[in-house]
Amino acid sequence: MIRWVLALTLMTTGAMAEPRRVVVLGGTTAEIVAALGAQDRLVARDSTSTYPETLTALPDVGYLRALSPEGVLSVGPDMILAEAGAGPAEAVEVLKASGLTYVTVPEGFGPEDIAKKITVIGAALGQEQATKMLAAQVEAGLTEARAKADATTSRKRVLFILSLQGGKVMAGGEGTAAEAIIALAGGVNAATGFQGYKPMTDEAVLAAAPDAILMMDRAGPGAVALEEVKALPALAASPAVQAGAVIRMDGLKLLGFGPRTPEAAAELRAALYGG
Amino acid sequence: MIGLGLSPAADRSAHALRLSWVLMAGLMGATVLALGLGAASVSLPRVLADLLAGRGVAPQDHLVLMQIRLPRLIMGGLIGAALGVSGALMQGLFRNPLADPGLVGVGAGAGLGAVLAIVLGASWAISVPLAAFVGAWGAVVLLYRVATRGGQTSVAVLLLAGVALAALAGAATGVLVYLADDRQLRDLTFWSMGSVAGASWEKCLWAGAFILPVLLLAPRLGAGLNALALGEAAARHIGHPVQRLKTLTVLAVAAATGAATAAAGGIGFIGIVVPHLLRLASGPDHRHLLPNAALLGATLLILADTAARLVVAPAELPIGILTALLGAPVFLWILLRQARWEA
Repeated sequence: MIRWVLALTLMTTGAMAEPRRVVVLGGTTAEIVAALGAQDRLVARDSTSTYPETLTALPDVGYLRALSPEGVLSVGPDMILAEAGAGPAEAVEVLKASGLTYVTVPEGFGPEDIAKKITVIGAALGQEQATKMLAAQVEAGLTEARAKADATTSRKRVLFILSLQGGKVMAGGEGTAAEAIIALAGGVNAATGFQGYKPMTDEAVLAAAPDAILMMDRAGPGAVALEEVKALPALAASPAVQAGAVIRMDGLKLLGFGPRTPEAAAELRAALYGG
Repeated sequence: MIGLGLSPAADRSAHALRLSWVLMAGLMGATVLALGLGAASVSLPRVLADLLAGRGVAPQDHLVLMQIRLPRLIMGGLIGAALGVSGALMQGLFRNPLADPGLVGVGAGAGLGAVLAIVLGASWAISVPLAAFVGAWGAVVLLYRVATRGGQTSVAVLLLAGVALAALAGAATGVLVYLADDRQLRDLTFWSMGSVAGASWEKCLWAGAFILPVLLLAPRLGAGLNALALGEAAARHIGHPVQRLKTLTVLAVAAATGAATAAAGGIGFIGIVVPHLLRLASGPDHRHLLPNAALLGATLLILADTAARLVVAPAELPIGILTALLGAPVFLWILLRQARWEA
């Protein structure tokens, strides 16, 4: 009897400490929550939280940077796990003032930022054991990827193309998530001399002479076909198109810098240098 | 109400007054709807019962009503009224039913200010509205100085210089958009679509500080704008201080639209449609048109915002999309019907 009462008290205190109804705002954050095995505690997500696919069954509170405080509160959450970019600022202020726990997950698009994200989310969810395991697992994956990248002797030049709207190459320059993942896969960013995602002139594209072209994989009519890349004069002559090295990967996995980053690096590496 | 002894003008005036009462009732109805409906389940009757019985309102209800819906309602009303009145003022000043507040560079200036604040990385919440407001005022003051020579403001120069300034601001905005990173681009897009989602008591306070005086002043400009409809020379001969009228109108529009755009981004359509609808309903007399434009503008924006909050709940639509999407076809339909009557 005493044991039974004790167990019950433990259960209730546990339930009080751990949030049961969580709203997740941000694709990578949602991925980490799922990887920590806490997906059953989610009650709503934002429109960028699409992996794992089962998340899409949850109510969608809108785009991360255009939130409606009433919409978020209407799902009756006891905790909000939001990436630092959530907004608008006024909506975030109202949510913070509402008395529920608001946790800001640091943003960052480098391999070293993943552990920070996992730690913050794990602590918020009270998942110590799973947090340690996931962080160690990701760290091991990253160490392996780094070791392989360091061992690469002749690095391939990779051009990340965000979009090919109207024949203009929108490329990922310095300081982008694309550059970080290319480096982790043992490649080197072919687009240099500018920060962020910018349209590149045809001549610069020609001069970049990429060995491979990397693009996000978007299902549906927006997808860019290899033929479309070939049709561009600036790219047609590049070593990448000559060798047919046009790589397409899932955007969130490739650029999200979450638990799937080691996997993404390995996949990109395999596509660049072969298994 | 056929009033045998009444002149047509007096009859119209009575009609416009009746319309004011109807619009006020409409505004009340919209207010109740906006307070009662939303993604969160708050029952107005229950809250009222709690209040009447002297019990405290549940904290969640209090938060949703007092910190989310009420500031948003007031903000929507203020902005709708500001846009409606500004539209009526501009159409009176330019003697053209197609004029809208954008013509004096307010939209372009505000847009440039907002883009500057977003791209050059302002971190505090108030910086974007503040920059938009400064941009709107800067544009208006500049235009006004260009168009005023020897103490006389040329409406034609105001219009043309407005087009030039809009092009210039557009180019500067383009440069900044080029510099922006992908997240800033998303912010810019959402800003340009307009939203009342960022409403807070602070914002209501400072937007109200600019908009309310304009709403009170505007009806006093009515008689002058009526005279102006006869032409500038005629208005001057009847004894209206035309130059003062122009200055006041431009300043009023800059204050109201500048504050509205700063607070909620680009919300189109209200400024052009509201005065038009009212002129169809009760004639072109600005003395009635201006207060009625405030009432109808407020009502329409509150209703549109309520719809924006409900359609895709728990997410929401940018209100600028909704005003144009719902309003434009209605406007076209009215114009077509009117054309058929006249034929």
